[in-house]
Amino acid sequence: MSDQLDYLKVRAAMGRISRREFLGRAAVLGVGAAMANTILAQAVRAAGPQKGGTISAGVEGGSSSDSLDPALSTNNATTMVLRLWGEPLVELSANGGLEGRIAESWSGSADASVWTFKIRKDVTFSNGKTVTAEDVMATMERHSGEDTKSGALGIMRGIKAMRAEGDDFIVELSEPNADLPYLMTDYHLMIQPNGGKDDPSAMIGTGPYKVTSMDMGVRFVGEKYADHWDGSHGHADMIELLLINDDTARVAALQSGQVHMISRVPPRTAGLISRSPNIDVHSKSGPGHYVFIAHCNTAPFDNNDVRMALKYGINRQEMVDKILFGYGSVGNDTPINASYPLFTEAEQRTYDPDKAAHHMKKSGYDGPILLRTSDNSFPGAPDASALFQQSCKAAGINLEIKREPNDGYWSEVWNKQPFCTSYWSGRPVQDQMFSTAYLSTADWNDTRFSNEKFDQLLIAARAELDETKRKQMYADMSTIVRDEGGLICPMFNDFVDGVATNIGGWEETAGFGVMNLYGPVKTWITA
Amino acid sequence: MGVALKLVAQRLALGLLLMLLVSILIFAGTIILPGDVAQSILGQSATPEALANLREELGLNEPAVSRYFSWLGGVLQGDLGTALTSGQDIASSIGSRLSNTLFLAMWAAVISVPLAIFLGLLAVRYRDRWPDKLISGVTLASISIPEFLIGYLLMYYIGVKLRWAPTVSMIYDSMSLGQKLQAIALPVAVLTLVVLAHMMRMTRAAILNVMQSAYIETAELKGLTMFKVIWRHAFPNSISPIVNVVMLNLAYLVVGVVVVEVVFTYPGMGQYLVDHVSKRDLPVVQACGLIFAAVYIGLNMVADIVAILANPRLRHPK
Repeated sequence: MSDQLDYLKVRAAMGRISRREFLGRAAVLGVGAAMANTILAQAVRAAGPQKGGTISAGVEGGSSSDSLDPALSTNNATTMVLRLWGEPLVELSANGGLEGRIAESWSGSADASVWTFKIRKDVTFSNGKTVTAEDVMATMERHSGEDTKSGALGIMRGIKAMRAEGDDFIVELSEPNADLPYLMTDYHLMIQPNGGKDDPSAMIGTGPYKVTSMDMGVRFVGEKYADHWDGSHGHADMIELLLINDDTARVAALQSGQVHMISRVPPRTAGLISRSPNIDVHSKSGPGHYVFIAHCNTAPFDNNDVRMALKYGINRQEMVDKILFGYGSVGNDTPINASYPLFTEAEQRTYDPDKAAHHMKKSGYDGPILLRTSDNSFPGAPDASALFQQSCKAAGINLEIKREPNDGYWSEVWNKQPFCTSYWSGRPVQDQMFSTAYLSTADWNDTRFSNEKFDQLLIAARAELDETKRKQMYADMSTIVRDEGGLICPMFNDFVDGVATNIGGWEETAGFGVMNLYGPVKTWITA
Repeated sequence: MGVALKLVAQRLALGLLLMLLVSILIFAGTIILPGDVAQSILGQSATPEALANLREELGLNEPAVSRYFSWLGGVLQGDLGTALTSGQDIASSIGSRLSNTLFLAMWAAVISVPLAIFLGLLAVRYRDRWPDKLISGVTLASISIPEFLIGYLLMYYIGVKLRWAPTVSMIYDSMSLGQKLQAIALPVAVLTLVVLAHMMRMTRAAILNVMQSAYIETAELKGLTMFKVIWRHAFPNSISPIVNVVMLNLAYLVVGVVVVEVVFTYPGMGQYLVDHVSKRDLPVVQACGLIFAAVYIGLNMVADIVAILANPRLRHPK
């Protein structure tokens, strides 16, 4: 590479010349745009984070009826606000492992039933108070009390006792669980002074920003908290989160330069948007999946042949192409995919109308099958249902579709009606996903799946510290769900984010979209 | 004058009665929605315990009639209750939202009302000639395109391509008036285009209606210029239908902005209402419904009262 290009890339990385100027001059030196972009990205990484400026992000999901209490956070927008001011004990690392936040290290007993988290020294809340093990314990108590409304309650149920000893926070479980540290990454579990018992909505935590201005459902502004303990978080002086639910408006805000990054680019238009020279579209696979769920205990779905007929009667690739516009991957009738640790590849089930017809005939049922759907069960659900109807027709299966109103879908249809469309955002580890929806006693067992062998395996796997054995157990569980469950999972949806090209430090990250919703906190402005 | 005052008093009483009936309707309507608030608040992640805890806390187990009367009593004292979902005081949350909506509506009205009346007069002046046809054609076209589409078109060409105005119309307290006006440029343009045609056509029709009268002929025979005839003689006598349509559109600017607010992410009443309807936050929905109804009923009442007072036969009874 020429000296001149070297010089230019450093200047561009430092923000001395604009990206456009760099690309132009690189072209003069005979370097193509794709190559020049790669060079620049490397240079930006090498130059390290630039401090200062304001990063604006446009995010969907928020509403003026949201709560500021982390226990009641339910969407991308509220979670992104939590990421500004708060931190959990541990967090997912970029590659899906774990990194300590408020806990600097952790260890489990040999049988994985007692876990000790060592609290990092000299971490302060934004009100100046130093974080103690008692604060951590109070936080966990608030999310696990009898009368809590916390979304993390399901996670906390397995905890038998907690205590704080000096710098250690110690958790005793009623049943062994090798995944406990992963559970502590849950976004509800932001550590608050005295656990947030005094004022859960005060937005005081150990995060890199202080929320200085807020308008529920509209806009949040965070200003850098000078005493934040970790230099790798919080490069901009100011973060502005704009809550934009309208897809078109969110994309327009990115295109017009009003925001630097947006969540959930509509797959339908992602290809068009990525052609813009100042915008990168990043998609990454995640654990989220779009599903058709049948209750295994309700006729006609209580007959496994009917379930198998439906599983063979769905055209997965067609769904990924036409519903996700390619921004996704085919599912295999299990909630687990390669985004999970300890995942095992299994034979891919494909569309086979002959097999579907064979299973249907074997089941002895030949009546219509009623599928309920709505727009908000997942984007494009009614269209996906229509495709399913068509592919079933070829197998002689009569699927009837009933459009339900968006309003009340999650209370009246999902988890109540025997067959409907739905989505799952997934969980960080297999145990949590299975425990949440496939254990026979699970709160959200939305397929009414009850399988003794599966339950035994799930409980046993929690205590199994030998990874090879554990991996095999999870593979067996997936197989049971895949061959006997009421889950018809045609596709896993990608997270599709839009990012302005003058943002540095963007990398593919495990977890949710927008770098596990840490996008504004972990990136910087290059020019 | 006595007759007129009596009519005005009657009209006021009717308005209040309407408000009471509307309050009953609003309360009943929100009760028959499917699902319940607790379930909507907790969404897909509702455990039975959390649900039961929340229902207890929100007083959802009380009978409906007693809930209605305690609600009405609160409203009459200016207390709209607290939002079930966020626990914030509704009156104060609505306060800023309502003022934002009124701010948007006011600027849209300031531009569209004079413009509509002026264009209406112009259309009458050049009746059946090209200015008339042009004005009618353009305004009818703009009223025929759905609001969200006009919004997206302006967003793309003026916001993304030309970058003259922001595509997201967020306004907040720390902004200067100039910044606020720039932020709302696009939604104001959309609203103006939407209400212009209706008011303009009505103005034109009302004036043309008067133009058939004998006194207009007299004025023309006196040798007054056409514009003077329209402005001095025809316009004052057609005020009442014009005021009527203006009020109707003003009400629309306040109540009908939901789509425009959502498209431009404008923090007004419309978006606030939509957010809370989807979570079944009854007290908020009721409060918004009541305010919208009050705006409609109030503005219609003003229009009728103006019509009563503008009627010469009532002002000067024999």
